[in-house]
Amino acid sequence: MATHRRIDVSKIGDVSIVRFLDKKILDEASILELGTELFGLVEQDNRKSLLLNFSGVEFLSSAALGKLITLDRKVKSHKGRMKMSSIRPEILEVFQITKLNKIFDIRKDEAEAISAFE
Amino acid sequence: MAHKIPPAESSAEAFSPEDASEWRRTIELPSERGASRLIMEDLLEQLGVHGWSPSDIFAIHLAAEEAIVNAIMHGNKFDPAKIVRVACVVSPTLARIEVTDEGAGFSPAAVPDCRLDERLEAPSGRGVMLMKTFMTRIEYNARGNRVLMEKQRPPAEG
Repeated sequence: MATHRRIDVSKIGDVSIVRFLDKKILDEASILELGTELFGLVEQDNRKSLLLNFSGVEFLSSAALGKLITLDRKVKSHKGRMKMSSIRPEILEVFQITKLNKIFDIRKDEAEAISAFE
Repeated sequence: MAHKIPPAESSAEAFSPEDASEWRRTIELPSERGASRLIMEDLLEQLGVHGWSPSDIFAIHLAAEEAIVNAIMHGNKFDPAKIVRVACVVSPTLARIEVTDEGAGFSPAAVPDCRLDERLEAPSGRGVMLMKTFMTRIEYNARGNRVLMEKQRPPAEG
């Protein structure tokens, strides 16, 4: 099992729940590391159901959005599923402005997202 | 000329004695990853001091961060001989941030719209769009190496 510095990963049933350890996801070096850790969940650990829980995340930059898009693509190419939950209104607005809400499956909270996997 | 980065403690000097309600600060940042933090903490603090709401502060933070990262990365291309100049004004009704780099400049109109279906999954190209949406006014100089962004807020009643 890989050690993570930017994320915390737990499991409920078959769903891997990812929480972000940084309140602000903007430092480029951290984003690079975040990407590596997220991609590893799909490419090394072969996890098929990912839930990104954004509670605690106060800020993210467009570079972080790029990693989420790449992750989404990797999940899809591995025939997995990814959902997001617990996104604060300001960040949700960022997803809406960039129309990323069209490609991401965004749910209100963790419980709703988990039940959406079933 | 040597590139001087004023220490954070000097920010008090930026207060104009004539208008204590306005905070001004100009800083030269090195073209390094993470250099935006040399101004961001003070900028965010001053927005709070001047009564801006958390959602406005989020918007201005994002716009400033994207502009500075673009200047360092795409403008100066991390060239250590080049600096990024950031000039900020914060009052209760106006936040103005001007970011100038020493690069060749770019044409904002040539940046493809990240909201188009065929661009939706491109991992980059969203910073300029976010800056435009979150700020009231955004202007580039003709060369395209300087962006001026403003967010206006109606004055508080009473």
